[in-house]
Amino acid sequence: MSRRTALPAAPPGRLADARRDPTRRDPAPAGHAGGARRRLGLGRRLLRDRVLLLFALPGIALILGFHYLPLLGNVIAFQDYQPFLGIRGSAWTGFTNFAVIVDGDPAFLRALGNTLILTLLQAVFVFPAPILLALLMNSLFSERIKRIAQSILYLPHFMSWVIVVALFQQMLGGSGLLNNYLRAHDLGTIDIIGNSELFRVLLTSQVIWKDTGWATILFLAALSTIDAQLYEAASVDGASRWRQLWHVTLPGLRGIIILLFILRLGDSLTVGFEQIILQQQAVGRDVSEVLDTYVYNNGVVGGAWGVAAAVGLVKGLVGVALVLVANKVAHVFGEDGVYSR
Amino acid sequence: MSRRIVNGVPAPSWPMRVVKGLVLAVFCAAVVIPFVGVIATSVAPDRQIDEAGGLVLIPHSISLDAYRSLFAGGVVTRALGISVLVTVVGTLLSLTVSGLLAYALSRPGFVARRPLLLIVLFSMLFSPGMIPLYLVVKQAGLLNSIWALIVPTMVNAFNVIVLRAFFANLPGEIIESARIDGAGELRTFTSIVLPLSKAVLSVIGLFYAVGYWNAFFSALLYLDDSRLWPLQLVLRTYVINDTQLGSGELGTERLPPQAAIQMAILVVSIVPILLVYPFLQRHFTKGVLTGAVKG
Repeated sequence: MSRRTALPAAPPGRLADARRDPTRRDPAPAGHAGGARRRLGLGRRLLRDRVLLLFALPGIALILGFHYLPLLGNVIAFQDYQPFLGIRGSAWTGFTNFAVIVDGDPAFLRALGNTLILTLLQAVFVFPAPILLALLMNSLFSERIKRIAQSILYLPHFMSWVIVVALFQQMLGGSGLLNNYLRAHDLGTIDIIGNSELFRVLLTSQVIWKDTGWATILFLAALSTIDAQLYEAASVDGASRWRQLWHVTLPGLRGIIILLFILRLGDSLTVGFEQIILQQQAVGRDVSEVLDTYVYNNGVVGGAWGVAAAVGLVKGLVGVALVLVANKVAHVFGEDGVYSR
Repeated sequence: MSRRIVNGVPAPSWPMRVVKGLVLAVFCAAVVIPFVGVIATSVAPDRQIDEAGGLVLIPHSISLDAYRSLFAGGVVTRALGISVLVTVVGTLLSLTVSGLLAYALSRPGFVARRPLLLIVLFSMLFSPGMIPLYLVVKQAGLLNSIWALIVPTMVNAFNVIVLRAFFANLPGEIIESARIDGAGELRTFTSIVLPLSKAVLSVIGLFYAVGYWNAFFSALLYLDDSRLWPLQLVLRTYVINDTQLGSGELGTERLPPQAAIQMAILVVSIVPILLVYPFLQRHFTKGVLTGAVKG
């Protein structure tokens, strides 16, 4: 962290004081924390909050540098970018790089198709899994069993994809636990890892294994806020447990389900990049190439920087657009969505 | 048949309870068994592993040969050192930078509060593309340096927001009284705010630590030099891609079976997370995070 930031001009006494010991400062002007009562000029307020500005500086600089600055780097999508020439030296080519998208280059279409299939699989199988699991855990009577199950099921979330993929190999691979067992009992073997037909099923089950438990946290929190009196009232009215689930529990989860669905929708072109890169070699690109791996394989590995950046840029824009649209739809249906209005 | 009544709601029927129990048991077993197998195989004797043809679930006896060869000073030892270094340095920097930023954003009346908060919040809406981010990291001269594993991910907007929410909920009178006693912002932050926020700081710190420890793709993307590889890349190369680890890589002559060595590498990368996990779990069940998100 840089400590050489010059202090702005200040009344002589205070400046000297601040220089002598930056941790000790005059008591702040009255009304600082309680909202400025006296109207101060912007310059004065900047001066007053110089220490806070200094606090915020490194974090803001890093966010600007590694989150916003890369947005500018997207200009190479309009260039025939050559790393040794840099952005300034590379030739501008207009929308040439976007031809793969517009004209439907087969490799790009393959990546897009695989991405959409995986998104659909995730929406159908991965998204509802934690809702069902949370309902199950919520309906458990024993608090102790519930806590033990939570401890176990949250754990995989903290494992890296490298570890998850390695564990799946050890369990289901050619010389994994399952096949060794089958072989020992003369039952034949099943090729699961490295089988391109089962690859999508494998990816989906890995995601379910890793994140279902963790994802229940938010649903369990929402379930705990449902008023117990609603259940009592429903019960008095003769509603069975299934009817209570339908008329009390699920409406209580509606807001959080919609919120998470919107967030997921914004990411719908992002499907498990690390997970797929790790397993791509075994099954080939026909089933495993998705948009993110396409960007990586063509850009970083293949050197077609401009084309890769163009695909990445379009993907990012579509993602933001999807969140905005989904949020709009949520508002139309009277839900809060991610942000209001 | 009369059912037990709890909170005015009848308890579930026995068949339902059995079904639920089974579903939960299967799910838990699917999580636990792989870990047991990996740990068991890493300490199992050579003969047993050869007979089983791979993973074993219950070792006949305990042998630490695999670990001895890993820690003999070869590839894995170095990768472990790098992972530990990146995790420790990265987490300390992350906590410092995020904590300072979150504190500034939590102060009422801070002149730049709104614009800076918007910068942080808005950054959560999109992620920087892989190629442009790579170019920035390259321009910053971070390629082929372990700083490439730390600097780009040092500040996580979500973590900053969680910290900010926590700081903002601290009683304003305490901070005010520190100010009246003549403490400056730094003094208030270090001796009033931080001690009151130990729980949330440790959770956020552990989240950062797990992130650094697990970082795989940034290492693949930014580091060409295999001597700088963290554990996750070594794991990919020697376990997932099944590249043979010879005595050259391990720096020792006596070699236990590959399966045992591979599982030992896995265990070495899993154990640190298992160690911090109970701690993490204690905190998030208290709702530290969900509460902060809602606020």
